[in-house]
Amino acid sequence: MVEVQVLREVVSSESPRDDLIRRERFPHIWCPGCGLGTVLKCYVEAIASSDIPRDKHVIVSGIGCSGRMAGYVNIDSYHVTHGRPIAFAEGMKIVRPDLEVTVISGDGDLVTIGGNHFIHAIRRNVDINVFLVNNFIYGMTGNQYGSTTPLGARSSTSPYGCPEYPFNLPLLAAALGAPFVARWTTLHVRQLAEAMKKAMKVKGFAFIEIISPCPVGFGSYNEMREGMDFIKFFLENCIVDHNADLNKVAISMRPGDPIILGNFVEREAPTYHDLEREVFRKAGWLK
Amino acid sequence: MDQKLEELKLLKPGTYFMMGNIACAEAALIAGCEFYAGYPITPSNEIAEHMSRRMPELGRHFIQMEDEIASAVAILGASAAGVKAMTATSGPGFSLMMESIGLAAMLELPCVIVDVQRAGPSTGIPTFVGQGDVMQARWGSHGDYELVAYAPSSVQEFFDLTIEAFNTSELLRIPVIVLADEVVGHMYGKLVVPEYSKINIVNRKKYTGPREKYLPYSCETLVPPFVAAGDGYRIHMTGLTHDERGYPSLEIDDSRKLIERLVMKVRKNAKNLWKYESYFMDDADVVVITFGVTARSSLEAVKRARAEGIKAGMLKLLTIWPFPEDPVRIAGEYAKRILVAEINMGQLIHPVKEVVRCPVVGINYPVGYAPPPEYILDGIRASV
Ligand SMILES: Cc1ncc(C[n+]2csc(CCOP(=O)(O)OP(=O)(O)O)c2C)c(N)n1
Ligand code: SF4
Repeated sequence: MVEVQVLREVVSSESPRDDLIRRERFPHIWCPGCGLGTVLKCYVEAIASSDIPRDKHVIVSGIGCSGRMAGYVNIDSYHVTHGRPIAFAEGMKIVRPDLEVTVISGDGDLVTIGGNHFIHAIRRNVDINVFLVNNFIYGMTGNQYGSTTPLGARSSTSPYGCPEYPFNLPLLAAALGAPFVARWTTLHVRQLAEAMKKAMKVKGFAFIEIISPCPVGFGSYNEMREGMDFIKFFLENCIVDHNADLNKVAISMRPGDPIILGNFVEREAPTYHDLEREVFRKAGWLK
Repeated sequence: MDQKLEELKLLKPGTYFMMGNIACAEAALIAGCEFYAGYPITPSNEIAEHMSRRMPELGRHFIQMEDEIASAVAILGASAAGVKAMTATSGPGFSLMMESIGLAAMLELPCVIVDVQRAGPSTGIPTFVGQGDVMQARWGSHGDYELVAYAPSSVQEFFDLTIEAFNTSELLRIPVIVLADEVVGHMYGKLVVPEYSKINIVNRKKYTGPREKYLPYSCETLVPPFVAAGDGYRIHMTGLTHDERGYPSLEIDDSRKLIERLVMKVRKNAKNLWKYESYFMDDADVVVITFGVTARSSLEAVKRARAEGIKAGMLKLLTIWPFPEDPVRIAGEYAKRILVAEINMGQLIHPVKEVVRCPVVGINYPVGYAPPPEYILDGIRASV
C-alpha cells in the first residue's frame, strides 16, 4: 500500500494560465475526482510552452465528458458531433497547414463510433495531434461499455462483465504508422504535458492515450469510487517503459497487471501535407 | 480567393458540350471551391474524378475520405478554416451525411452538398435515376433548421445552380444542397460559360472588429459575420444549443433566439431564393409542377397537349427548398387542376397541396426510370 501525501499549498483563485482558459465558463461539468481537469491543465501547459503562437493552436472535440474539453480552452475551439472530430480536424489542417490542430476527446468518441476516422487519419499521416482520454467507459451517457472497456469489467450495459476484448491502442496506432505514440496517466502530469509538447512538434500524426480516472462512472461499477482509488491504482500498477513491446501493453485494470506507459514511438515519415505537395507538383501547380 | 478569375486555370467563357457532373465540378472551381472531400458512389463519381484532376492544378485540395460521414465533416472543418468546400454523393451517402448537415446548420458553416439522386430505397438501382430524396434533403437531419436545395434539369442549370449554391451558402452561412439526378448528371448538353464579369461570386462576410466586441452568434442580424480558425478571435463553435457567445446554454431565451434565427434567415430570404420557370402558364387550365429530369419530359408532354388543344402549362422548380410557395399558389389560383410529376411515390406533391386549393394529382413514375412524355401526357389528358 502506498502512502499518498497531501501537499498543503496556498490555494489561489487565479492561475498563471488563466489566459488560456475560458474562466467565464467555470464551474466545469466534470465530477469530483475526474481526470479531465488534469488533462486540461496539461494541455494548456503544453500550449503555453510550445513555440507555436497561441492563435495558431486549435482544439477540436467530439461529444462526451472528454468532448467538453474544447469548451474550456481559450483558443479557437470546435465542439462537433460524436465521433467526428478527427475528420473535422483533417479538413481544417489540410487547408490551413499553419494551424496546430489538436483533437482531445474520449475513447468512445475517437475509437468506437469514430474508429474509422482514427485509423484512416493515422494511415494518411495527417499532421494533427490526437489526445484520447481513455476512462474505459462512456461517461457522459451513463457508463455503458465501449471498445476500451476491459474484458470482464462492469458497466451499466455489462452487468455480468464486459464480454468483449478491448483495443490495445498504442499497438493499433503504431501498426498504422503513427510517427508519435505515447501513453500516460493523469497521475503523470509532467510526463503527459511533456508528451503533449512533443506531439505538437512532431511532423505527422501524434497520438497520446491518456489513462484517466472516472470514479463516478467506471469506478462506481468497478470498486473504485474515489478519484484517489485510481491514483493509488496507477501508483501501484504503472510501469514506464519507452521501449515496451507494444503487443503486450493491453490494459486489463486488474490489480497486479501493469499499465505500461511511455513515449513508445518517435519516428519520422512523410506527412499527408508532404505527399499532397507531390500531387501539386505533378499537377503543375508547384515547380 | 483574392485572385481574379482570369488569372486562374478555370473553364474559359465560351460554349461547350459537356457532361452534367463535369459542368458541376467546373462550376465549383469557378465559384471558388478550395476543398473537396468525397467517397465514391454512382452516379456522382465523375464529379470527384474531375475534381481530383482539376483541384491540384489550381493548388486546391481534393481528398477521398473513408466514408461520407468523414467527407461531410471534413468539408465543415475546411469551412471553419475559412474556405469554400463541397462534397458530392448519391442516396446511400446522402443518408450518411444527415447528421453533419445539422452540424453545418448549427455551427453556421457554409458548405455545398451535391446529391446526384439515384433509384432507392437502400442500394436501389445505383445506375438508374430517382427523385426520392426531396423530403430527405429538407428534413433529413434531426431538429429545426432550414436550408436551401436547388434542382437542375439541364447541364447548364447544373452549372449555374452549383455556383448559386456556393453563393447562397456563403451569404446565409448554411449548408446548400444541389439535388441533381442521374440523368442530369450523366447527360451531355450545351453549356455556355458567360464572361467572368457576368458571374456573381459571393464570399462570406467576415468580422474584422475588436476581439472584445465579437459575438460569433449575435442575433443582431440574421447572419452574423464569420471568423475563421487562426484569425485570432478565439472562437468557440459547438453543436450544443448556444448563446450569442457560442457557449452552450440551457436557457429558454437562448434556445428560442438561436433556433428562430437559424430558421428565419432562410424563411425571410425565401422570395429571393426562389428560382423557377413558367411555360405556357398564361391561360393554363392544367399545370404540371415538376423539377429535374422530369421537367424535360413534362415540357414535351405539355407541348403535345397544347397541340391537342388542351390548355396545359408547366412550372419548373429550380429551388425546391425553401418551397416556392408564391408561384405555386398563383398557379393554383388560375388552374383547374395541378399535376405534380416526379420519379417517386409522391414527395413534392405534399408542399404543393399545402399551398393550393384546386385539386392536386400526382404523376408518379416507377423509380429508376425517367417518365417518357407520353406517360405525362396521359396524366394531362386524364385530368381534363
Ligand atoms: C451519434 C450519437 N450517438 C450517441 C450519442 C450519445 N453519446 C453522447 S456522449 C457518448 C459517449 C461518450 O463516451 P466517450 O467518448 O468515451 O467520452 P466520456 O464521456 O467517457 O468522456 C455517447 C454515446 C451522440 N451524442 N451521438
Ligand atoms: S462521468 Fe467520469 S469522465 Fe465524466 S466527468 Fe464524471 S468522472 Fe469524469
